[in-house]
Amino acid sequence: MNKAPMLLQARGIKKDFFGNVVLKDINFTLEKGQIMGLVGENGAGKSTLMKILFGMKDITETGGYQGDIILDGEKVHFETPFDALAAGIGMVHQEFSLLPDFSSTENIQLNRESVNYNVTSEIFGERLNTLNKKEMRKKAVEAINKLGVDLSPEMVVSEMPVGHKQFTEISRELSREKMKLLILDEPTAVLTEKEAETLLKTMRKLADSGISIIFITHRLGEIMEVCDKILVMRDGCIISELEKDKTNVREITKAMVGREVKGISENKRENSDAPEIMNISHLWVNMPGEIVRDVNLSVKKGEILGIGGLAGQGKLGIPNGIMGLYQAGGKVIFDGKEIQLNDAKLCLKEGLAFVSEDRRGVGLLLDESLEWNVSFTAMQAQDKYLKKYFNGLIKWRDQKAIEEVTQKYIDELQIKCTSSKQKAKELSGGNQQKICLAKAFALEPRLLMVSEPTRGIDVGAKALVLEALKKYNQEAGTTIIMVSSELEELRTTCDRIAIITDGKVAGILPAHTSSEEFGYLMVGAKDMVKEGEK
Amino acid sequence: MNKTEGKSLKEFINDFIDSFGWPRLIIALFLIMLFIIAPLGGISITQSISDVLQRFGMNSIMVLAMVPMIHSGCGLNFGLPVGIIAGLLGGTISMQLGFTGGLSFVMAVLIATFFGIIFGWAYGVLLNKVKGGEMMIATYVGYAIVSFMCMMWLLLPYNNPQMVWGYKGTGLRTTISTEGYYLHILSDFLQIKIGNLVIPTGSLLFFAFFAFLMWAFLHTKKGTAMTAVGSNPIFARASGINVNSIRTLSVIMSTVLGAIGILAYQQAFGFIQLYMGPFYMALPAVSAILIGGASVNKATISNVIIGTLLYQGIVTMTPSVMNSLVHTDMSEVIRIIVSNGMILYALTRKTEGAK
Repeated sequence: MNKAPMLLQARGIKKDFFGNVVLKDINFTLEKGQIMGLVGENGAGKSTLMKILFGMKDITETGGYQGDIILDGEKVHFETPFDALAAGIGMVHQEFSLLPDFSSTENIQLNRESVNYNVTSEIFGERLNTLNKKEMRKKAVEAINKLGVDLSPEMVVSEMPVGHKQFTEISRELSREKMKLLILDEPTAVLTEKEAETLLKTMRKLADSGISIIFITHRLGEIMEVCDKILVMRDGCIISELEKDKTNVREITKAMVGREVKGISENKRENSDAPEIMNISHLWVNMPGEIVRDVNLSVKKGEILGIGGLAGQGKLGIPNGIMGLYQAGGKVIFDGKEIQLNDAKLCLKEGLAFVSEDRRGVGLLLDESLEWNVSFTAMQAQDKYLKKYFNGLIKWRDQKAIEEVTQKYIDELQIKCTSSKQKAKELSGGNQQKICLAKAFALEPRLLMVSEPTRGIDVGAKALVLEALKKYNQEAGTTIIMVSSELEELRTTCDRIAIITDGKVAGILPAHTSSEEFGYLMVGAKDMVKEGEK
Repeated sequence: MNKTEGKSLKEFINDFIDSFGWPRLIIALFLIMLFIIAPLGGISITQSISDVLQRFGMNSIMVLAMVPMIHSGCGLNFGLPVGIIAGLLGGTISMQLGFTGGLSFVMAVLIATFFGIIFGWAYGVLLNKVKGGEMMIATYVGYAIVSFMCMMWLLLPYNNPQMVWGYKGTGLRTTISTEGYYLHILSDFLQIKIGNLVIPTGSLLFFAFFAFLMWAFLHTKKGTAMTAVGSNPIFARASGINVNSIRTLSVIMSTVLGAIGILAYQQAFGFIQLYMGPFYMALPAVSAILIGGASVNKATISNVIIGTLLYQGIVTMTPSVMNSLVHTDMSEVIRIIVSNGMILYALTRKTEGAK
């Protein structure tokens, strides 16, 4: 095998955000004309690594990184994306960065337009040059042809289908003269199957013409189809570097979700004969970024049901939709009664409670005391902690009862605070999360939905929060639906886990199933594995 | 020993300043200074205090009107003229219908409340459509209704001779005397006179009554919901609260209080000011509550009381003291600097209000 010259080498890259280590010792090499697939769970450090390569502001502003990046035999250190662009690195982000009211030509050529001198520019400088539309169009068409897609150079971006927007972005990167390395961050996520196919073909073509590509995606099928080598990241490390010819989906998945956690086996309650408490059928939720398309789920009384899946697949939309925070439709039957969707008050009255993943935005009254935070929802929805006068005409806040209940939960959940009068915003993330739980517990719900209960809190608090949930489930017999992107957390806490992919339930498995199995469901590779095993 | 004591005193002072707030402190000191200089200019202190109390009774309910909207997150009610117009309608209609004396005031309050609820509801619905830009929209709503009513005062079929233009017989005058109707109906009630010092007990009790109602309301379930809506509307929605209806309720309360506030003002002042009169009423009320330590999203009854006393104190004292000392009319300039400066200051800081 004749070895192509090396384009990019990363040596010992480390990065931490204020002490929180996200990348530890990353080493890899990339040859000219090679396509490298980069896979890993959310939070594995993929994006951070790419941001370092591209010199993004969030890296330099948080103290830079350690280690060396060697591009074309030269050590480089990009301070801004402009440096990276000048060195021949192009990046296509997950979110489009296009001007919607400009045509594709204008977008492709933006800030690098071909220009003509005119009288005013002679006087006032070159910023007043006129655009040479003909030349611009020629260059844009050149780039589009290089990509090999059918894209009109005159079409305005806002009128394009998503796929074409993506192509416009890639063309823009390609139209740079010295393009050597192209980073594609989940480019196929928004594309239809057909479009994705075209894109993959194009990538191959580009690679053959000598451009190296780093390809980030969650779809392992695509990785297997197009990449030369595959880098699997987990927890800020590169777990394995695999040659495409010598690996299979199973191995990649295993490397991705990998780590085995003790204590799973003890959680084997599987009372399949327990009655159903909630039945969700054909639920759709219009939550931006977490769209739920068609979810059917049956929740058993007294269980802890986990809902997992990768970010953006719709798992967060389920509880948010049921609780009326985002527009939803479908049918939800709770305890034999159909629940009116899009009405938070009725849901709370029926005995549902929800701990939002957006603690600061939805979960807390940051400027109010802990007492208010804990008691407010129960007070408003269930008339608790109120003294009634004149036959209920005046409902007076019962300060004593509020203090009592707050103090009770402060003790029970070990919330660290100076007093129950402290403002919620003064607490740490973990303690704020406990306040959110206390708020839900105060409702004494029959079914509790918790969304990302451990997001952004430290390890100790995580364990306490999960423990509190388990305890509440056992002691009060409350059914719990727990949504989390951390599979291991779900596996240690839940009885059954449903994996959501593309807004639908990809499968429900008991918690003690191996994490690989869940991994297949997450990347939508279940069928592929089965085919391989045939 | 001395050292530690000194330190704790210093800390005590710092804590005090922190909790009381620099602006309030400076204004309070300025006011005290005015009271100290006043005798030098030959101004009677008791007379000054009487004036301040009188003006407190006149203005405090309009300042109180700021509270509900601040609590529900609608910001400062720059649209107070909406409420004032409702009050003017109440006052003029009560006079037109021929009620006199105490009854005219009661009727004025009832009619004003009626209009206040209707206007407040419409105004609240409008503000729900412009979330985030309430204060600016409110300002223009105020301008618009004042201008609209300028036409209506001429066109509405009033014919009480004390109210309409004498030479034509139609159209209301710019100022209408409340004499014979509800002039001093509150301020003379249980009035206490100690030498020069006059305490308008009735006005103060009238304010105390509404302040108590407001305080009590904020301690009820609905009131708690109102504060939560202002603090975090998404949280409130997730707790099953209809955010829009709570906000509308707060606007109605504010408008009704504005309407009653202007009636309390008129009975002491002696005149109903129509046409452009309501135009100038919102800013003093806004700056008074801000001086009192309220912020755009937090306000208490004590903010109202302290703020009105400080603001009205300055407004009463500066003209007389300055005029007697410098013999030039500086008062208006200082008044404008103080009220607009306070608004500017409060709108730029995003911290919470002092207690």
